[in-house]
Formats: sequence, structure tokens, C-alpha cells
Amino acid sequence: MAALNEQEEAIKIAVLAMGGQGGAVLCNWIIQTAERCHCYAQSTSVPGVAQRTGATIYYIEIFPHSNRNDSKPMLALMPVPGRVDMVVAGELVESGRAILRGLVTPERTTTIVSTHRDYAIAEKSSPGDGRIDSDQLLEQAEKHSKVLIGFDMARLAEENDSVISSVLLGSIAAAGVLPFEKTAFEAVITDSGIAVEANLKGFNAGYRQARQHDFKEEGLEKTDRPKANNTQVTTLLARVDSSYPSECRTIVVHALRKLLDYQDLPYAQDYLAHLDTVLTRDTAEKGYRLTTTVARYLALWMSYEDSIRIADLKTRSSRFARVRKEVQSDDDQILRIHDYLHPRPEEICDTLPAALGSWCLKNRFCRRVLGHFCKNGKKITTTRLSGFLLLYSLAGLRRFRRMTLRHKVEMTALRQWLVTIDTVAMDNYALAVEVAECQRLVKGYGETHKRGMNNFNTLMQMVDKLCADNNAADTIRELREAALADETGGEWQQQSNNTS
Amino acid sequence: MAERSFAKEVQLLKLGQGEELHGEGILAVTKALLQSGVAYIGGYQGSPISHLIDVFADAEEILQALGVHFEQSANEAAAAAMLAASINYPLRGAVAWKSTVGTNVASDALANIASAGVKGGVLIIVGEDYGEGASIMQERSHAFAMKSQLWLLDPKPHLDDIAHMVEQGFALSEASSTPVMLQMRVRACHVHGVLKTKDNVPPAFTLSEALDAPQRQVDRIILPPYNYQHEREKIEQRWPAATTFIRENRLNQFINADKGDLGIIVMGGLFNTLNRAMEHAGCSDIYGNTGIPLYVMQVVYPLVDEEIIAFCRDRRAILLVEEGQPDFIEQSIHTLLRRRDIQTPLHGKDMFSMAGEYTCELMEKGIRVFLEKYQPDAITRKPIARPAGIDDTAIAALVPQRPSGLCTGCPERPFFPALKLIEKEFGRLQVSMDIGCHSFATAAPFNIGNTIIGYGLGPASASAHMVPHQKRAVSIMGDGGFWHNGLTTGIGNAVENEHDGIIVVIDNGYSAATGGQWIPSSKADAKRRQYRVSIVEALSGAGVKWIRKVRSYHIDESLDALREAMTTRHKGPKLIVVDGECQLNRQRRIKPQIKERLKQKKRYVRERFGVDEDTCTGDHSCIRLSGCPSLTIRENPDPLRQDPVATVVNSCVGCGVCGEVAHAAVLCPSFYRADIIYHPSLFDKMAAAIRNTLISLLQNSRERRREKYSF
Repeated sequence: MAALNEQEEAIKIAVLAMGGQGGAVLCNWIIQTAERCHCYAQSTSVPGVAQRTGATIYYIEIFPHSNRNDSKPMLALMPVPGRVDMVVAGELVESGRAILRGLVTPERTTTIVSTHRDYAIAEKSSPGDGRIDSDQLLEQAEKHSKVLIGFDMARLAEENDSVISSVLLGSIAAAGVLPFEKTAFEAVITDSGIAVEANLKGFNAGYRQARQHDFKEEGLEKTDRPKANNTQVTTLLARVDSSYPSECRTIVVHALRKLLDYQDLPYAQDYLAHLDTVLTRDTAEKGYRLTTTVARYLALWMSYEDSIRIADLKTRSSRFARVRKEVQSDDDQILRIHDYLHPRPEEICDTLPAALGSWCLKNRFCRRVLGHFCKNGKKITTTRLSGFLLLYSLAGLRRFRRMTLRHKVEMTALRQWLVTIDTVAMDNYALAVEVAECQRLVKGYGETHKRGMNNFNTLMQMVDKLCADNNAADTIRELREAALADETGGEWQQQSNNTS
Repeated sequence: MAERSFAKEVQLLKLGQGEELHGEGILAVTKALLQSGVAYIGGYQGSPISHLIDVFADAEEILQALGVHFEQSANEAAAAAMLAASINYPLRGAVAWKSTVGTNVASDALANIASAGVKGGVLIIVGEDYGEGASIMQERSHAFAMKSQLWLLDPKPHLDDIAHMVEQGFALSEASSTPVMLQMRVRACHVHGVLKTKDNVPPAFTLSEALDAPQRQVDRIILPPYNYQHEREKIEQRWPAATTFIRENRLNQFINADKGDLGIIVMGGLFNTLNRAMEHAGCSDIYGNTGIPLYVMQVVYPLVDEEIIAFCRDRRAILLVEEGQPDFIEQSIHTLLRRRDIQTPLHGKDMFSMAGEYTCELMEKGIRVFLEKYQPDAITRKPIARPAGIDDTAIAALVPQRPSGLCTGCPERPFFPALKLIEKEFGRLQVSMDIGCHSFATAAPFNIGNTIIGYGLGPASASAHMVPHQKRAVSIMGDGGFWHNGLTTGIGNAVENEHDGIIVVIDNGYSAATGGQWIPSSKADAKRRQYRVSIVEALSGAGVKWIRKVRSYHIDESLDALREAMTTRHKGPKLIVVDGECQLNRQRRIKPQIKERLKQKKRYVRERFGVDEDTCTGDHSCIRLSGCPSLTIRENPDPLRQDPVATVVNSCVGCGVCGEVAHAAVLCPSFYRADIIYHPSLFDKMAAAIRNTLISLLQNSRERRREKYSF
């Protein structure tokens, strides 16, 4: 057998980039840097239909010019599991994909990953929270890599008015896997003559950040509660501090803030009164789970989204400012906001005084007139006076909210829910917590809200039957999760039928 | 006008003798065609050879200077038929397409050209969409080469080798009067490398010369009795001429034939991967110094019997590396060895795998099995085991799939929410899909469509369902498919048979899925195009009576048209043309215009959509109905709520579909459209000042009340 050069091996790099991240540009930069530094370099990619929203894998091999009779290396065209020196991922999940393909190995692979998330369609379209656990994935990536360089490169690019590909290149230069000086990379950017300044800025920012070796991001900030302006509010908050255990306080305070914003002081006081009853059923050894859970969902229920609330939120100055920021409009530009609203007859009747509202809903003539009016969606220009005044006056109905049909309906259901929790809590604490959690099913507007409410009612009826069952809490949780995950309700309806 | 501009790459085509071209494999093919004195070029786009077509479309000036005629053919059959010019004249011609889909479409013309034989060299470049990332069914072009007797080249994936095989391909074609196919795998098409270039050569015989003095050889017409004569010619003359040429010009290579008594036969295109796999097993190095003799076939059809006999005879065993199935080459070599009574064992698919791409990992395993059996000491490196402790299932749960979807602002998207809403009224529908961007509607979040049968075949594939029924069957086809062959196969067929179904033609103005090439109904301006055919007129011309044209972004229009089509008493096909320009192309078209406007400080209104985070309750119905990449989720700013809220990111182009969907489906009041006025006029400013003053006044009064209770 001929003497073979065991040690002579190409440097192998896999780049996993999302569409629009400039993966091809990044690979070109790497190739050009390598060629500038007297190396053979070869790249290839498999775009397929990935040009439409998918991810592309680029593969690069780099080999120094040989002293041996100018023999050319045979560079390969696909990455091989266990034999990749550097994996560059433009997004967190893509680094996970590289691990799954076996490209990341603790003995060999330096992983460079932007930790930001570009959510996949399955995560986005879940009716609840379908996001994967980023921390867990990052932990896995760290475990599988020899070295991991990971930080939010998308944000860093944005902060530097640059693009993510240049931040990635900076991190690659800093990682030291490629035997090239930083200046060689910079020279390639400069020579390209395209967006040189922005790319160099991104490159240097990435380089600096990657060299810091402290990639863990700061934990959640502790917030001190600011002082209230109003003495009655101060009293209310003092009551929370004195009568509620520390486990519940944060959420109760958030809830009070929301309800004060939603309605008024008596409304917030009502909230606390309801919660007081729940607290009496709760104990420290249970960790006050019931109170905490009810505290959250009671507040959400009491701040149900009626047209008054929508109109209120849509007309606030803080909202105008937020939109301006979100759409990246400068102050010297004029901003027009058109709101897409589509009230149904139900929403209009909901806002009427209870008796009138329910009469209208039942009266065929009324319904037909309203139905005609509501047939098409309305686009209201909230930044124009006419549109603003319409919504502004609707928001002004806030002080009459307690008289509306919607309020009556919501409060009846809410009281029933509280009674159920109270009754169940005496013999089956865990079930009571699950019942409290069920409020999560009720969200959205129109049809979505109706479907959620139906699901909620179905579960509540089941609670009465299941009460004695030991596994009741688990059953309710499973059903609730099924209902949350399944929009059409087919599967979960079947499950609930089986159960009952 | 394609998705990418190749103005820069086109300049590389001008490089002359002794210069270096740094670029992709497909560019090397393009350059080699010009170096070979090609007279005419045609083809149909599709990954992985779209770039070849796009480069030529952008290279008009160079082609004109050389006297080369280029056509972007209507489909692969048109491209293949173009090669007829080389039957009577010494004209070199080349065509290109995606294979095997394109070869399927072209096969009628190809078979007839192969029968007649060619005088001028003919090269068919097929982009093999096989293996990872492929978007079509997995088949081999090899079968076409065998059945029609076309020679099949499979160059090593280096730019120099690829270019060399293009040039030799023409010569082989002329030497054997046979069309030659050259197959390019996906990775080879996209490989970045260096090509030593030569001067471009104008065609030796020109197309004008052919028209000046037309030639006719009656025995080249595929009618009896000549078709019988052609079959004999193929076997008695063309085949031997080809194998002689291949041998004399050493198109296939023997490497280290004296290094031992085993041997490996490999298809040229797999050479690099094989060498790497051998490197990993320890029987080669990065320079390709293999410890085992190799026979590299850059011509995979026909086999050169003498070369194979010479390589196999007197060896202990042979390993054949042949990707794809059926195992045509393996069967042929077995037959050959049997006929010559050579007892050398031949391994191949038994040590690799019958189906699927030959990855480096798979090859390494096969080589180890082979060497373990015949020469264990040739293995000098241990395999790398997958690292221990990898919990694949745990990671897999953290890595969601990213199915291909429709782009931000895509005009095809809004039609699918409309179809979903119609399904709510009429129940689930039978939907036959076609090839095109709209194929992605078969994936999440739309999950619409029962079958995809081929380009332009959507309506025809619904034929059996086109019977009277209260729920009419729906078929969908893009404008690309419409012009590719859907007008005849789909529409003509539906008219003749009075299909009682609904046919939807999505008219986005380009062959968008292949990269945005022109089609007869493209509306945008272009220098060269005088025809801008209306699809509605084409449909009427084909005899369709019931046609509704809707604007794609107006979902209610699609809804009304679908509802009417579903309930009308009209007999015969119900056609809905959904009109909206491809957003990728539109953005590329208008971006420079906007930039110019802003530079001149002229008034300009940018539109963008958004979601109000405080009214969004996080149930994501909007995402399920719209599927726009710019519509995504983020952390809920409300500490009481747990589900993430919907949000529109800045890549939004303001198409408005999310808002329209929210409207049509009565979803929620969270969507808004923001108009941002750049360089507002004096009137704009004054009106805004008045409005803002009054509005702020009102806002502040409520702000003060809230302030009172805030903390």
C-alpha cells in the first residue's frame, strides 16, 4: 500500500442559512479570503426549492496550496457527519438541524450560531404557544460542539445598520478555525466595493462580540414597583402586600394595573374581593398555586375584549407612537393608520344596554339591518378626525360598560366559574387549578372566541361529572391541551366524547 | 427577466485564451458551449440549470456578436425539437433542461432526432434533480439514453473536466451522428471553482448558410422504410463509431491501474465523493492517490466493452459505484462479463444501496465492506462513530421542519385562504394541483391539494373528477404551466369534453417557481418583447365560455367567483383567472424606481401592515390562514398572557393579505395598515398639523385620567 498522507486534510465548513440571510454572499467572502491567502477553496450548495422560505446548506472546503509538485487537491461536495470543522448557522434551529445531521461533534466542531429565532410555520400556527425551548436547544448545541460561539447576531446587525452575514463573518474570523488574519477578511469586504462601510461595521461588531467569550445573556431584570399617584390605589397595593403571600404578589399587582387601565378603581377592588375568597381556600404548602392561577385568569377574564376596549386601545397616543416605531417611520414623515375592523351584529348588540341588546339579537328585523351593515369589514382611518372621533366616542362608553349586554354575559359566566373553582377546591385542589387554567381557552374575537367559549363550557360540564374521579385533574389538562392544539376541534371533541 | 441578474457573470463569458473564470459549474458549461462554436441554443428553465438559461437570456450582446441564436423555449419538447436543425446541416446545437421531468416532456422529439441521426454536433445538458434538495420524483435520465440511443456523459465535478466534456461531447456527437446528453448533478451545477478559459469560437457553419441553401436528405426522415434503416445504422455504424471515439480520446480514465488486483468502477460525477470516502477508509489521499485501481467513466452510456474487459479481467474483484436505480450499468457489465466468460466477481448495489443518493458516508461503508472481504489490510483508518450520548429524539423535538412556502407578499397566497373559506361553506373539496409556486399550498398552513401530476397537467389530472356533482372538483394551474402545455392538455381537453369543474389559472406574470422567466402573458415592459398575450383572451380563443378574472389580493373577489363557479348552471369548464404580479419580480422592478423617487425628494407613500400587540390575544388564526413569512410571532408584552402575539416584521411589502384575511374571516381587530408618507407636500403637512393638534388634545384628556390611577 502506498504511503498515504493521513494528516493532510481540508478544512471543512458547513453554512446553514435561511433564505434572505445572504448565505451565498458569506460563502463568497470565505472563498475569496481563502484564495487571497493562497488556498484552494471550493464551495457548493443545494438550494432546491429552499429559495422559497427554507434553509440552504452551503459546504466549503479549504486547502493550502501544496509544496508537492503542485498537486491539486480533490475537494468533496458534501459534508460528512463527524468530519466538519466549523458549522455556521444563521439561526438557532438551523444549528439544531446541523446536530441532527451529525455535522457537529465535540471533538472537532466549532459552532457559530446566531441565537435569534425565525419561527417555523408549525411554531407560528399553533393556537397556543408552539415555540420550541430555545434555551434547551442552545444547551444541546453547546454540549455537542467543541466550541460554541452564540449570540443574537440579527440584533447586533440591526444595531449596527448592517446585515447578519457580515456579523457571521466577523464571528468566523474571531473563531480562529480558519488560518487567516482578520485583515484578510476585511480586505475582501473592501475589495467587493458593495456596502463596504456597513459590512465592515457588522464584521467588526461580530468579531468583537465573538472574542468576548461571555455569550450568556443577562437574566430578567428586577423591577422595582413605582409609587402610585393616587392614595386609594396606594391603599389597594398595601392590601396586596399585607394579605397576599409573596408567591402571588407580582401577578396580582400586574392584574390590578391592567384592570385600573381597563375600567376604574371599583373594578379593581371587585377583582381583589373575588380573589380574597380564593385565597381562603389556599395554603402555603400547596405553594398558593390556585391563587396565582386564578389571579392571572380572573384578570384576563375581567378585561374581556369588547368593542369599547378595542376602541380605547386603538385611539391612545402611546399606540400611535408604537406604530410609528414599529413601521420604522421618522418623525418628519406623516403616518396614517388604517384599522381593519369587522364587527358582527353580536358585537354591536353586546355594547348596548343589556335588555336592549338581547332584544335586538332576538329581533329578526334588527338582525337583518345589522347584518346588512356588518356584511363587509370596515377600514377606519384612525389618524383622520372622522375615524378617530368615531372610535374615541365608542371608547368613551367605558363608564357605562357595567350596563352592557356583554358585561352581563361575561360576569354571569365568570361567577359560575368562580363558584366551580370554590366548590372543587374543597376536595380536589389539583382539579381546581386545572379548572382555573381552562380560562385560557377563551380568547380571540368573533368565531374564534365563540369556539373557545364552547370548548370552555364543554369542559366545565365535564368537571361536574368528573369531580369524584382521582384522575380528574389530568383528564381536564389533557383535554384542554388537545383543545388548544386543535383548531378545528375534531380530534379533541372525539376525546371529550370518549371521556364523557 | 429572471429572479437574478447575470450581468456580471455574462462578462465572464467574454474571457479569452489562458484566462481564469471563477464561478459555478453551470457557468463553465455555458462558457464551454461558446468555446465549441455552437450555432444555436435552446432550453427550458428549472433547478438546477435555470442559471444556464438566465445567463444566456442576459448575454444577448455576446451571442449576437458570435452569431449564436438563443431561444427560451416554450417547453422542453420545443427545445428538443429545435435540435432538428442539426439533422441536415453541420450546425452545432445545445439545449438544456431539468431532468428527468424535462426529458419526459422532450422524449418524443428526442427519440425522432436520435433515430434520424445528426450531422452537426448536438448536446443536451440535463440538470439532474436527484438526491438532497430535489423537488421531483427520483428517476434516472440514463433510461432515455438507453431507449433512444443517446450517449450519456457524466463529467467529474471540476470546472475544467466539465468544460472539456462539453467540447468533446460535440465531437463525439459528430463522430457518431448521435445526440449526446451531458448530465450535471445539483452540487456540480453549483460548485464554485476555477476554469482555464479559451477564446470563444463563432459557428463554422451559420444558420444563414442553411437558409441560403436548404438541404434535404430523404433518408433522414423518420418514415418507412428509413426508420428501419436508422435502427440498423444505430447498431452497425453509430455505436462502434462512438466507442472508438471514446477510446481514442480517452474520455474514460484509468487511475493507478497497476496498483493491485482489485478495482473500482465509478461514474465520473461521483468521483470526488468516492475519493473522499476512500480517504476516510485510508486507501486514498486528498490528491487522489488511490491505493486501489480506478476506472472513471465520464461516458456512462454506451459502455466501452474493451475498456471494461481490460479492467476487469485478471482482477480478483470489482466494485461498481453506480447511483440511482434500476442498476443499468451493473446489469450491463454482468452481461458483458458473462458473455466473455470472465469470472471476476462484480459488486455494486449489494454493498451500497439500491435506492437513494450515494452520500460519502454510504460510500465509505460500501468500500469498507468490499475491502473487508477482499483486502482487509487496505483499510488503514477507523470509521468515525457518531458521537456517543447524542439524544436524537430530544433534539429532533427541538428542530421544527421548514417546509417551502409562499414568499412575503406572494399574489398566489390570498387565493388559498379564499379556497379554505369556500371549503367552510361547501365542505372539503377535491383539488388537483400543478407544478409551480402554488404547489407549496399543499404544505402547512394551507394543506390544500390532493395530487400533483406534472407541469401544466393540473386540469387534465382532474379529468376523471369532472362529472356533475354539487361539489365541483377544482384544479389549479399557474401561468407557467398554462403556457408550458396546460393550454392544450388542460383547457383544450376540458372544453372538448365539457368538463363540469372549476379550473383556476394563477396569473402572476412570470414562470415564477423556476426563477421568474418571461412567458407570453408577462405584462411588465421589456425591450425585446412585442407580444403580451392576455390569458383571458387565450382562454376565449380556446373556446371557454365561463371566465371570471379576479384580482388576487382582493380575497372577496376570489370568494365570489368561487361561490358562483360552484353554483352556476353553466355546462362546461368554469375558469377563474387570479391576477397579481409575482412579488419577488415586482419588488425588483419597482425598488430602483422608489429609490430614484426618494433621491429626488418626491412625495412617496410606503405601505406596511402591522398587528397591535395589546389587542392580539395570541390564537394565531391569522397565521394559519395567511402563512406569510413576514407575519410571525413574538413574546407577549402583557405579563398576564402566556401565548406569543402575532407580529409583522419589516420585510413586509404591504400587500395587505393579512388584513384582507382578518376581514374576510372576521378574525380580529388587531390588523392595521400604516401609510408612511416620505417627503410630504405642504398640504399634507398642514392637514396633519391640524389633525394631530385636535387628536392630541383629546388623547391627553384620557391620558390624564389613566395617569391618575397608574403606578
